Amino acid sequence: MERVRFYQIGSYAAGNRLLDGELQTVQSDTHRTNSLNSGHRACQGCGEALGARYALDAVMRATGNQMVAVNATGCLEVFSTPYPETAWQVPWLHSLFGNAPAVATGVAAALKAKGRTDVRVVGQGGDGGTVDIGLACLSGMFERNDDVLYICYDNGGYMNTGVQRSGATPHGAATTTTPAVGPQPGNDFGKGKNLPAIAMAHRIPYVATATVADLRDLEYKATRAMEFRGARYLHVLVPCPLGWRTASNETVKIARLATETGIFPVFEAEDGEVVAVSKIRKRRPVGDYLQPQGRFAHLFGATPREDVIAKIQAEADRNVRVFGLTDPEVPVHGVVS
Amino acid sequence: MSEASKHGPLPFAITLDPGSSLANKTGSWRTEAPAYVDRLPPCNDACPAGENIQQWLHHAEESGYEAAWRQIMADNPFPAVMGRICYRPCETACNRAILDEPVGINSVERFLGDEAIKQGWTVSVDAPASGKHVLVVGAGPSGLSAAYHLRLLGHEVTVRDSCPEAGGMMRYGIPAYRLPRDVVDAEIQRIADLGVRFELNTTVTDLQAELDAFDAVFLAVGAHVGRRADIPAGDSARILDAVSVLAEVEQGDQPLLGRRVAIYGGGNTAMDMARTARRLGATDAVVVYRRTRDRMPAHEIEVTEALEEGVRMRWLSTITYADAGRITIEKMKLDETGFPVPTGEFEELEADSVVLALGQLSDLALVEGMDDVTITDHVVQVGAHLMTGHPGLFAGGDMVPSERTATVAIGHGKKAARNIDAWLRGTTDQRPPRHDLATYERLNTWYYSDAPATVRPRLDVARRISTFDEVVGGLDASTAVFEARRCMSCGNCLECDNCFSVCPDNAIIKLGGGKYEIDLDFCKGCGLCAAECPSGVIEMFPERL
Repeated sequence: MERVRFYQIGSYAAGNRLLDGELQTVQSDTHRTNSLNSGHRACQGCGEALGARYALDAVMRATGNQMVAVNATGCLEVFSTPYPETAWQVPWLHSLFGNAPAVATGVAAALKAKGRTDVRVVGQGGDGGTVDIGLACLSGMFERNDDVLYICYDNGGYMNTGVQRSGATPHGAATTTTPAVGPQPGNDFGKGKNLPAIAMAHRIPYVATATVADLRDLEYKATRAMEFRGARYLHVLVPCPLGWRTASNETVKIARLATETGIFPVFEAEDGEVVAVSKIRKRRPVGDYLQPQGRFAHLFGATPREDVIAKIQAEADRNVRVFGLTDPEVPVHGVVS
Repeated sequence: MSEASKHGPLPFAITLDPGSSLANKTGSWRTEAPAYVDRLPPCNDACPAGENIQQWLHHAEESGYEAAWRQIMADNPFPAVMGRICYRPCETACNRAILDEPVGINSVERFLGDEAIKQGWTVSVDAPASGKHVLVVGAGPSGLSAAYHLRLLGHEVTVRDSCPEAGGMMRYGIPAYRLPRDVVDAEIQRIADLGVRFELNTTVTDLQAELDAFDAVFLAVGAHVGRRADIPAGDSARILDAVSVLAEVEQGDQPLLGRRVAIYGGGNTAMDMARTARRLGATDAVVVYRRTRDRMPAHEIEVTEALEEGVRMRWLSTITYADAGRITIEKMKLDETGFPVPTGEFEELEADSVVLALGQLSDLALVEGMDDVTITDHVVQVGAHLMTGHPGLFAGGDMVPSERTATVAIGHGKKAARNIDAWLRGTTDQRPPRHDLATYERLNTWYYSDAPATVRPRLDVARRISTFDEVVGGLDASTAVFEARRCMSCGNCLECDNCFSVCPDNAIIKLGGGKYEIDLDFCKGCGLCAAECPSGVIEMFPERL
């Protein structure tokens, strides 16, 4: 099939009046669920609020609105459900910080007992609840291959409680628990967890990464995940203006730079093997991603820490090499581009 | 009986329905509010004819060719002509040039113009008759444009021209290999069909009498007189001027140029002359120009095409003497200000004739007797409304101070028509203020996919130099729509729904038909919609306290 080219805005934007309905995004549809409704108390320009609506609206469409969401404790839970209000327009449960995958497993088991194979279960949480506190429950869910899609909204720290370090905080970043002091300022190198890789190591049917900067890709992956049964994992990068100390209008731009620098590889894997990656259209040095963020400001002072920047660049280079992010030989996944 | 009453009242919290977050009006957090704005696309800003290019490309993108053509016709009655001979200031200004290559606006315009001729699309006069009658002197691009717009505004129009056919320089100046005459005929016929009266082979001599007979007069006599240079010459030297030669060729004459032709000058007319000489059989056409290629007033594309057709160039040269069969040229050099100065080095060149292409002057005999019309530097002075010092006498095109191109002339015609119309109605023409420019920095170009320009087909060089067939070919329906879709819609909403999608607070309401609204009850003023708008139509304004 010939690729759709020459559209003035390609297919990167949410909609395009020249494209047929089925090629439009869920988000461009006025009938989207708006899973997370207006009036929630997320900060201005919150990447997580955006990512959660994108992902759940896509799952809602993919399942014909037959979905239950189970939420870990974290920003997403706190800003959406201050008693007695809720911003959720989907069936939604919250229990504890660490047990969202286990609760999701329970919901899936209950649905199975009732013979409701049409209703699908999504577990979701931030990187703290996923990478650190809920990891045991999540690993168990993966191992049992429970029929749950778990989505991690990764903003690289415990932002809700005041920006503490998590296992997903990037190297070199300053948080309140990894201050920018000493010879190796910010979060230590060599520590932290790569949860997409951990998920792949469980050989579950489907693992993918995405960002709020590429809506079509994110919707494609949430939709694709629903084509599988069993445990699935979607890791979404969601910049946090508060913790990353960026302007509220830069959320999407920063996420885009994370991918264009190679800091955050966007790929999908089936049964533990990478099957497709999102190519970098125009590769940029990591400095372009780091410099606009206050949490990396200490690397760009009067004496820039070229050594630290070089280490981060080396990590990005490794991603580009390992995932073939600029390699024309590695397959591109199937969305129109 | 319900469970609650069987066991007594349940605890307070369980009895409550969940409240909606809609109770929490987060709009109160805002310090800045987004608003949709219109910006002037650089193409529109640069168009001397004042076309709304972005808007007609918008129609063409969805294959609305007739709507696109009508949008052009609102400003310019010559899409098929312009799509061939315009020097495309729009493409020079196009923001897409910074991303990859400018949108081929000119080629899409030509496609639309040709499509209109093919389909027989016409325009009609919808305005009520004004009872006024305007005389247009000169049937070139400026005069015809004025006649067209005046007619659409409800006035009677008579166009007079000394030549046997209408078109001015479009017919008698620009060679047919650049502008086929059937195209000129078709677009002029459309103007005649509106009821514009043409009186050809008719020279206006008594302007005052015409001013008395008509309600207003628009002068657009152009610049048809070749500028002369005093070249010392032998008795049998053959020296001609390019404007006359090109006009003779148009009228079917075969001017006697000889095998070796020297063309003196570096403008577009020099290129037209040299390329015409090649087509008339000259084995050697040499352009003699006193400065360097980069300082030639001729447009780059004309120079390139002339070189492709075997035209030779002698840069940094002046002709100091001409005689039968040969000329003497002196080598020049540029001083530090770029002005050419003689070097004292001479050279002889074989040439059977010398054709002067040193610029043109207007024949202003018509106004020379009038006290209230000012002539400075061989051109007629006009005010901002294109009126001369004489009430009711307007002038435009090459005979007033301007850049002398057909597109500028067409723009003058439209402007003159609007001002004549206002003057006839006892008002003044008021234009809304121009929007701020949609600069490249305002766009978010990440959303545009890479798409190189479509290249127009060209005739083989062998056929170019032996015939007057059109050199540059047109696009077809599929390539035209692709080219139109390369437009980035700078400063104007292209309905991509990005704002609607990227708001974390669902505070953008999509109304359909390209309309959106901001729900200020919930908009927190984060600015993501403005930052992620590809075409830069959302701007943040400080909240009023």
